[in-house]
Amino acid sequence: MVLIFLLFGLSAAFAEQRFPPPDFSETNHQLPITTTPPTRAEWLQYLDVAVLAAGLGLAVWLIYKRRSRRGIFWLSIFSLSYFGFYREGCVCAIGAPQNIALGLFHSGYAVPVTVIAFFALPLIVALFAGRAFCAGVCPHGALQDLLLIKPLKVPAWLEHGLGILPFIFLGFGLTFAATGTGFPICRYDPIVPIFRLNGPSLLIALAAITVLLAMFVGRPYCRFLCPYGALLKISSLASKWRVRVTPDYCTQCRLCEHSCPFGAMREPAPGTIEPKSLVTERRRLGWLLVLVPVLIAGGAWFGGELAVPVSKLNPTVELAERYIAQQASPVDHGVMTPEALSLERAERDPEALLTSAADLRRRFWLACVLFGGWIGLVVGLKLVSLSLRTRRTDFEPDRGACFACARCFRSCPQELVRIGQMPASELPAPVPAAAKA
Amino acid sequence: MNKPANEPTTRRTFLRNGARLAAMTSLGALGGVLASRSQAENWVWQIDPQKCLRCGNCATKCVLEQSAVKCVHAFAMCGYCNLCTGYFEPEPNALTTAAENQLCPTAAIKRTFIEDPYYEYVIDENLCIGCAKCVEGCSRFGNGSLFLQIRHDRCVRCNECAIARTCPGDAFRRVPASQPYLLKTTHAH
Repeated sequence: MVLIFLLFGLSAAFAEQRFPPPDFSETNHQLPITTTPPTRAEWLQYLDVAVLAAGLGLAVWLIYKRRSRRGIFWLSIFSLSYFGFYREGCVCAIGAPQNIALGLFHSGYAVPVTVIAFFALPLIVALFAGRAFCAGVCPHGALQDLLLIKPLKVPAWLEHGLGILPFIFLGFGLTFAATGTGFPICRYDPIVPIFRLNGPSLLIALAAITVLLAMFVGRPYCRFLCPYGALLKISSLASKWRVRVTPDYCTQCRLCEHSCPFGAMREPAPGTIEPKSLVTERRRLGWLLVLVPVLIAGGAWFGGELAVPVSKLNPTVELAERYIAQQASPVDHGVMTPEALSLERAERDPEALLTSAADLRRRFWLACVLFGGWIGLVVGLKLVSLSLRTRRTDFEPDRGACFACARCFRSCPQELVRIGQMPASELPAPVPAAAKA
Repeated sequence: MNKPANEPTTRRTFLRNGARLAAMTSLGALGGVLASRSQAENWVWQIDPQKCLRCGNCATKCVLEQSAVKCVHAFAMCGYCNLCTGYFEPEPNALTTAAENQLCPTAAIKRTFIEDPYYEYVIDENLCIGCAKCVEGCSRFGNGSLFLQIRHDRCVRCNECAIARTCPGDAFRRVPASQPYLLKTTHAH
């Protein structure tokens, strides 16, 4: 019985092998074993989550309790070494929204628990304490923060204009991930090649530009591209606590005015309002509020129009297009290039390919309509927010734009008194804004 | 913050609290939906050798300068041929280890004599660039015991594998990290 089984097994094996493996009767040679180097130990992923949680906790404590730039600095160094150079930038919160989108829209992909944790933890912290993740836990932010040597002030129009890019990049990444086309946020990450000390030449060039820029413009990636930063920005608008320059009250001394290298410091609102300007401002706001739905509808229409060309970025749709073109006018490829090989595969089962391509097209149409609408919404809300009147009475960092880096604290005389670096007698008198202005 | 304890909630604070509550709820709902179909285990990328078309992309498309994909040898499937079509150029001058006879551009395959007429072929992974030239030779004319695999001591586990995106055979897929290899065996179906 065993013999029959063995014989059967062997004949089955020989059936696919043209040259029967030798039995080495003379030398009794032992076959080497095919090595399979293991992956990183699985329990280590929980260490990553634990380090993330501990880092976030520490950052919140350093920002709100200790108010210590030095602490944040050392935390940045640690995060840069751990998440950056040791973990080589993967797993990371910045790319995680794409995994979430893929997990939501594709039944075949189960999001690993670690990725859910990396996506959610910094957002939950931001809902209570602002962008503590950016302050010193994110390796991307830490690297740029440490590179900054001579911050230049970005003009307000450029700052606001480029400020909507993260939201658009987020929408772009989610569109691609939800249609199963890829993870562009990870693909075009300009900082990960630095962590890996390795990468394709295009990305190394991008990394070099980012490094150069980061020396003169504070955190260019965080401010003008980071899609996760866009989510954190929205979350911190609702945060329970916020970073304040002064430990107790603001004397309007203006010493902190230029202390923020990231353009997040906001002046108090001018005290008096002219009734005449109020009327024009209200009218403008009214028009802008009407404009928002128009922009959303326009964006959605434009997105729908662009869905067909955009869908060609999906490898399956692209292959289906090439297959149809090949059927219409056959081209002889001669040498078997990867393109020719994939066409050959398409010819084996064109039905399945064309159905899945058509299905992807439909998904793309919906995703592009949503993406276009999202761009319209972002642009519209940005315009509205620029026309809103603030009730700020003190110099404060903007809730959404503040990275909680703790640089501004030491510029405040109240803080210097608090930590005992200045006698209280040298304080400017706590006068209201009117006297100073 | 030195505000009195009984200060009334302003409209802004009220709205902010509401927004935070809404955000927490939606995050929780999202987490719940995802957690119901998530898994504790991570994914890793791997090549299905049955789908691999030996196009050569693995050597050039990896984000690492030296690809994480290497040729792997299933020795139990190997015929130990003297004229190995994975080792030698088509129509070699002589069946020797001379460089001009070898198919491998980096001479990463070591050929050793075992017993007449059998030779053993072992891949030196430090030299292998994952170009699949030997895989093509072995699959086309031999037993198909040479095949490509992502080596997990080298792979950096990109969220999206750069080779997978350009693979003409659609051979890359995510596999559970506990079974990170898709090896060829003699009992393959």
